[in-house]
Amino acid sequence: MINKSVTGPRTLFQKIWDDHVIERSDDGTCLIYIDRHLVHEVTSPQAFEGLRIAGRKVRRTDATLAVMDHNVPTIHRDKGITEADSRLQIETLEKNCKEFGVTLFNMKDKRQGIVHVVGPEQGMTQPGMTIVCGDSHTSTHGAFGALAFGIGTSEVEHVLATQTLIQKPAKNMLIKIDGQVGPGVTAKDMMLAVIGKIGTAGGTGHVIEFAGSAVRALSMEGRMTMCNMSIEAGARAGLVAPDNTTFNYIKGRPMAPAGEHWDKAVAYWRTLPSDPGATYDTEILLKAEDIPPLVTWGTSPQDVLPITAKVPDPATEQDSAKRAAMERALEYMGLTPGQNLEDVSIDKVFIGSCTNARIEDLRAAAAIIKGHKIASHVQAMIVPGSGLVKEQAEQEGLDKIFLDAGFEWRDAGCSMCLGMNSDRLKPGERCASTSNRNFEGRQGRGGRTHLLSPAMAAAAAITGKLTDVRKMQS
Amino acid sequence: MKPFTKLKAVAAPLPLINVDTDMIIPKQFLTTIERTGLGKNLFNDIRYQEDGQDKPDFVLNRAPYRAAEILVTGENFGCGSSREHAPWALLDFGIRCIIAASFADIFYNNCFKNGILPVVLPQAEVDTLMKTAAAEQMIEVDLAAQSVSDGTRNFSFEIGEFRKHCLMNGLDDIGLTLEKEKAITAHEQSLMADQPWVLKSA
Repeated sequence: MINKSVTGPRTLFQKIWDDHVIERSDDGTCLIYIDRHLVHEVTSPQAFEGLRIAGRKVRRTDATLAVMDHNVPTIHRDKGITEADSRLQIETLEKNCKEFGVTLFNMKDKRQGIVHVVGPEQGMTQPGMTIVCGDSHTSTHGAFGALAFGIGTSEVEHVLATQTLIQKPAKNMLIKIDGQVGPGVTAKDMMLAVIGKIGTAGGTGHVIEFAGSAVRALSMEGRMTMCNMSIEAGARAGLVAPDNTTFNYIKGRPMAPAGEHWDKAVAYWRTLPSDPGATYDTEILLKAEDIPPLVTWGTSPQDVLPITAKVPDPATEQDSAKRAAMERALEYMGLTPGQNLEDVSIDKVFIGSCTNARIEDLRAAAAIIKGHKIASHVQAMIVPGSGLVKEQAEQEGLDKIFLDAGFEWRDAGCSMCLGMNSDRLKPGERCASTSNRNFEGRQGRGGRTHLLSPAMAAAAAITGKLTDVRKMQS
Repeated sequence: MKPFTKLKAVAAPLPLINVDTDMIIPKQFLTTIERTGLGKNLFNDIRYQEDGQDKPDFVLNRAPYRAAEILVTGENFGCGSSREHAPWALLDFGIRCIIAASFADIFYNNCFKNGILPVVLPQAEVDTLMKTAAAEQMIEVDLAAQSVSDGTRNFSFEIGEFRKHCLMNGLDDIGLTLEKEKAITAHEQSLMADQPWVLKSA
């Protein structure tokens, strides 16, 4: 392994980086080794085509796993895909994986699901690794103390061909959340609070390490939710130091180290947490007690407010560019300054996505929904993160709770988080969504998205409007 | 990849902050398996009405900006999804250079893989160039000199040496990296010795 990038105490990020540098050039650009590569159908066809044209192979098929997720139908899957271009993209992935020898979980495989749910579930995601995927939410895997980030298709091709990437090291940001969150407050609220505080460009150029007692107390699912949305804070990657919670989650999974390798791996993983005295370029502190259940009101994930707040007034914004963005957002969202967020009526509820479609998220939603019916004007759907999450939820009887309440119980995929399949909002429709982006048109042209936690989404489904989940908890 | 050296061209003003890649190229066009052909759908939802007609007030629907090769825009351009379809769509439309006070990391990186030069300048200088663009005056970009000019004023910008070299020569990263095959193999051998589970368990 190459020399350390800094002398003295190192951060978790610096340790992982140093262990993966193959070559460092004078301007600081490094060639780094990539341990795991996840592939999906949308950002890979042009990369495989590039390999084909150049006569190149996939260097490490054993380190590469492909899953179809963005385009797959979440209903009537046996009937195939009706949209011709979506079908072609799915078929192209099948063909490419076969030709290049890459393992693929296809639509019929119960291990199929959202790529960032599948990787950890299979034990493919491990501490200290570098993990990439042609998808910005690759940051999810940082929950395990792996350096994981999204790349473009040209870089997908680069990794397929060389198992490396040309990168410059990021700056280090520490976000520490100490204390204990109040009732109804989840990892999603913690992360929305972070994004609300630092903004969608706050983490640009940085890798964020999440620390503090409130982060440490989170399950792996919660940590994944936080790291997942690091990209919405502008950071390519999020990290949580690995600990026993991490090791217990990984142990025994199909692709996890076993036998003597397990002990050796854990010994290495224990060396990864940031050294005492390691320094960060930026440090942000939040108190868990200060975070209420949150919801977005605008068209940027930084447009965050407590559910008990009112829609903000652009007139109070001094910066003209920001004021213009607020006015544009309010017009798009169909909201009036001063309106109570709790009075905002919704049409749809989407519980799913790589942010919030794991078993713990479904349990949290079910706990609120149990014994209730969804509001008559609301269409609500649950899209589990993988076939295995769906299976587990059914074993626990969660599907019954959802179905009895009037939810649709779908098959796994990205679904209405981005609406590449037929799960979309219509113009003007308003959705309470557990996904990660509320951009204009994200869930369908003209669709209006409010980001919130699974528990908050469940509460909204029952009342038919944005609702403070604390009122639903006894 | 087409080399980028100098460019003197029409610059389109797009004074929006936090333009995300969903806005640059909406999801319904991501089902393509090609890199080309996305230019007609660049900024689709803010450029066209539901019926497909041009929105006449959108900048790229107006002369002379239909022929723009430079885009001057607000901070944090290209945030959100990693989709390289965003730079593909810009390039396919004819945009070779984007000027802003800041860019999202992945988008910034993706530009270089496609011969697009993202120029970062202080907001005050971007504001000046925004006015130049709005006045339909040409902007000149010189990568070797790392400068942008509106004819009267010159602004210099920073760029990494390696990226500049690749962009000026239109170099393919993969070819360069494959020349380092020995070093990559050596890394894999040390992994096999020190962290065998990384290689063995997938």
